[in-house]
Amino acid sequence: MNELRDILSQGAQMSLVLGLAPLLTGFVRKVKARLLRRRGPPLLQPYRDLIRLMRKDVVLADNASWLFRVIPYLIFAGTWVAASLVPTFGNGLLFSWTADLIAITALLGSARFFQALAGMDVGTAFGGIGSSREVMIASLAEPAMLITAFSVAMIAGSTQLPTVAEFMGSDAVGLRVSLGMAFVALTIVALAENARIPIDNPATHLELTMVHEAMVLEYSGRHLALIDLSSQLKLLLYVSLIACVFLPWGTATADASVARLALGALVYLGKLTVLGFVLAVFETAIAKMRVFRIPEFLGAALMLALLATLLRFVSGSL
Amino acid sequence: MIAVALWSVAALLALAPAGVVLSMRPRGSIILYGACLIATSTLCVTALSDLLFFPHLTPSATLPIGLPWLGAHFRLDALSAFFLVVVNLGGAAASLFALGYFRHEDSPGRVLPFYPAYLAAMNVVVLANDAFSFLVAWEFMSLTSWAMVVSHHREAENVRAGYVYLLMASFGTLALLLAFGLLASDAGYDFDAIRASHPSAALSGVVVILVLLGAGSKAGLVPLHAWLPLAHPAAPSHVSALMSGVMTKVAVYGFVRIVFDLVPEPVWWWSMVVLLVGGPTATLGVLYALMQRDIKRVLAYSTIENIGIIFTGLGLALAFKAEGLDWVAALAFTAAMLHVFNHALFKSLLFFGAGAVLGATGERDMEKLGGLIHRMPKTAFATLVGCVAISALPPFNGFVSEWLTFQAILLSPQLPSWGLKLVIPAVGGLLALAAAFAAACFVKLYGISFLGRPRSDVAASAHETDRFSLTAMFALAAFCLIAGILPGLFIDALAPVSKDMVGNIMPHQVGLQWLTIVPIAESRSSYNGLLVFLFVALCGTTAATAIHRFASDRLRRAPAWDCGYPDADPAIQYSASSFSQPIRRVFGSVIFRAREIGEMPPPSSPLPARLQVELHDLIWDGLYAPIAKAIGFATDRINILQFLSIRRYLTLVFVALVVLLLVVAL
Repeated sequence: MNELRDILSQGAQMSLVLGLAPLLTGFVRKVKARLLRRRGPPLLQPYRDLIRLMRKDVVLADNASWLFRVIPYLIFAGTWVAASLVPTFGNGLLFSWTADLIAITALLGSARFFQALAGMDVGTAFGGIGSSREVMIASLAEPAMLITAFSVAMIAGSTQLPTVAEFMGSDAVGLRVSLGMAFVALTIVALAENARIPIDNPATHLELTMVHEAMVLEYSGRHLALIDLSSQLKLLLYVSLIACVFLPWGTATADASVARLALGALVYLGKLTVLGFVLAVFETAIAKMRVFRIPEFLGAALMLALLATLLRFVSGSL
Repeated sequence: MIAVALWSVAALLALAPAGVVLSMRPRGSIILYGACLIATSTLCVTALSDLLFFPHLTPSATLPIGLPWLGAHFRLDALSAFFLVVVNLGGAAASLFALGYFRHEDSPGRVLPFYPAYLAAMNVVVLANDAFSFLVAWEFMSLTSWAMVVSHHREAENVRAGYVYLLMASFGTLALLLAFGLLASDAGYDFDAIRASHPSAALSGVVVILVLLGAGSKAGLVPLHAWLPLAHPAAPSHVSALMSGVMTKVAVYGFVRIVFDLVPEPVWWWSMVVLLVGGPTATLGVLYALMQRDIKRVLAYSTIENIGIIFTGLGLALAFKAEGLDWVAALAFTAAMLHVFNHALFKSLLFFGAGAVLGATGERDMEKLGGLIHRMPKTAFATLVGCVAISALPPFNGFVSEWLTFQAILLSPQLPSWGLKLVIPAVGGLLALAAAFAAACFVKLYGISFLGRPRSDVAASAHETDRFSLTAMFALAAFCLIAGILPGLFIDALAPVSKDMVGNIMPHQVGLQWLTIVPIAESRSSYNGLLVFLFVALCGTTAATAIHRFASDRLRRAPAWDCGYPDADPAIQYSASSFSQPIRRVFGSVIFRAREIGEMPPPSSPLPARLQVELHDLIWDGLYAPIAKAIGFATDRINILQFLSIRRYLTLVFVALVVLLLVVAL
């Protein structure tokens, strides 16, 4: 009976993240539009876009290889698996021990590796510019993410997200300097990883300012739909991650009842709304950076994360 | 067991003179590489069965060769067995690859005699149980590989590489010779006697530093790495694979054997030195790799990175062992050994891929390649596996060993010493940076050489490589995947090695639910490569099937969109140098003092605009160049002694004699 519930819970989590991801993106877009005093697209527009794209023919560049056609599925699968391993509404996921925080980071790294390769497959200048900038951003964002994971793991004594979430929800934590630094670092990394302002602009199609969009320029139809869906999943993943580590309240425990799980789901939706709203406000308030200012911004995240880890080494209570 | 191993080594040695004869026959290369394949496979199977089934037996043998009063001692314990597996797996793969690759070699006589001797020498280093045999084999290994580095001796670059290599190899052997001299001062050359002796802590410290210099220069630790990116690419590709994938591991073996086995209990500051060298080696090595455009040189620099990761693991193991936390030491040590194995696999694979490309196009310069995935699909697939594995991405093997190293770093706040508490987080940061750079580096290597459109005619007319080479590559790629999804098997196989060297083992892994690996406790950290692989495969295929079935499976081919610029020349694609430009600007301006000089002709001029990039190797400029200059200066001064008259020579001899007698008298 328990196993059945665990499997159902894991399945629910997988479909939940997949189903909610476009909604979160739609919500952020809507809020941004309202802040700019525009009406904005309807909340459900991302779903319609995805369905429309799925049904269209794929127009493939003459020179595209088999790898170009496989990569969207690889990116989607990698991101989806990573997203379903982050606790959302409940903590007792059946397969949560499959990958810890470091492995989730690396799984996203795999997705990015293939995405950058896809940018170079057709052999256009724009694909190359996107890939080359993406790996530059990643070369700072990924270490910052890993070191943030170190500092969080050292505080919680575990790299397993359920254990971390449980620890962060307990009274043993209190206010810690290192946690604050880790939070800022993780936020900056999340902005970079999701190609948000001020690192990249998800809405741009001005060639020289785009990074993520340049890499996927040659994609169309179902391939593009999968890549868009993966980006949406990634946004949801990072928002859930921040919620799970820094706002762990209300998450259902491993042996919770169905009602408790439902409450957990409601709380989770609330967290998504709040964080999505904050993201939209932040993006509206700030301008995009020049490409070569990004390293300074991300370098700050890296240093903060390192400082948080060092503080943890120096004193157990900071 | 040891008899089989020694007979196989003897067979390899006997093949060396046979190589001279065989190199004159048309099918000689096939016979020689086939024989090497059989001998190395035998050795590999022997060592593996020893490691798996009789890890607690340490058979030894003494042969009446070498020093007359000492003889040559050999011993096969768990550590030797593990490194024998690494050496001979790499050796077998290289021999299999060479069965097809030999066709691209114009003067086989310059490679064939040295190849089996080189394999034999590496095996003897690992088997040796006395300092004399160890050093002779070590030097033999250097010399035979040097001979193959200069096999294409008409290229000035290779001759220079050979010269630098020979100098650095002599330096390394000198350092090891001194180390053994210190250890042997009261015990003799036999390793068993050295183990039983009790040198003082100060003496052991000096020995450790000397070994770090000696083995480190062979392994390619920064700043002793200068020869490696010159010499490894210069050799024929299967030899490059052996040098990078295997010989650097023999150097790691030398370090482990002396520092963990022969020298008594470690002191914490040793680990500090090793960590301070290992961490920067990892990051600098891969940053250098990112700046290169020669495929084989990228791979050689990336070897330096991986050696840095291995030495970081060893440094952590030393630190924990010194502080008595031997269960964490076992974790760090196992991580390092697993990375030794993994790196041997994927680096050999990548060098084979580079060799296949070199054979098909004659080019090592990435900026003349491109689009090879269309013309060499199988090579491209195997190389892709290697690139993903070396970038430490799940579900392949490179990730497992890095993950274990990170887990050991996360346990280091338990160390009492303050120096280590400050150094280890910094080293962890450097490793994280290295991992991200490695991914960037291999996106570049693969994207520029295999993807895109061909940048030259040779790349456009390349053909798939032969079956033997492909078999070798696919076998290694399969090992990379297996070691990535079933790491528990490999961790358990390493248990006896870890038991011998650090006195403890990691928890038993096989038999855990779903073959998960759990280094300490499940609540702390766990990783399951198998499930990650299955989940990703399942999600990917489900998505593909569902979309093709219910949405659309239609596909049209059309010219590339490229924001509406049609029919662009292949030359406007990103090149290797332009791909790394952002990273060069961010990191290179300090580390390489990189400068870009743009020459823009006036608007009406038909001259092309030029962009020149200046990179400085600060280690070469700051360390090697001054030494070379000082030696040059001194020899210039002494040179006058060559042109003296007989009268002055006699005076010189007389003065020297008087001074000597005075010294003796006083």
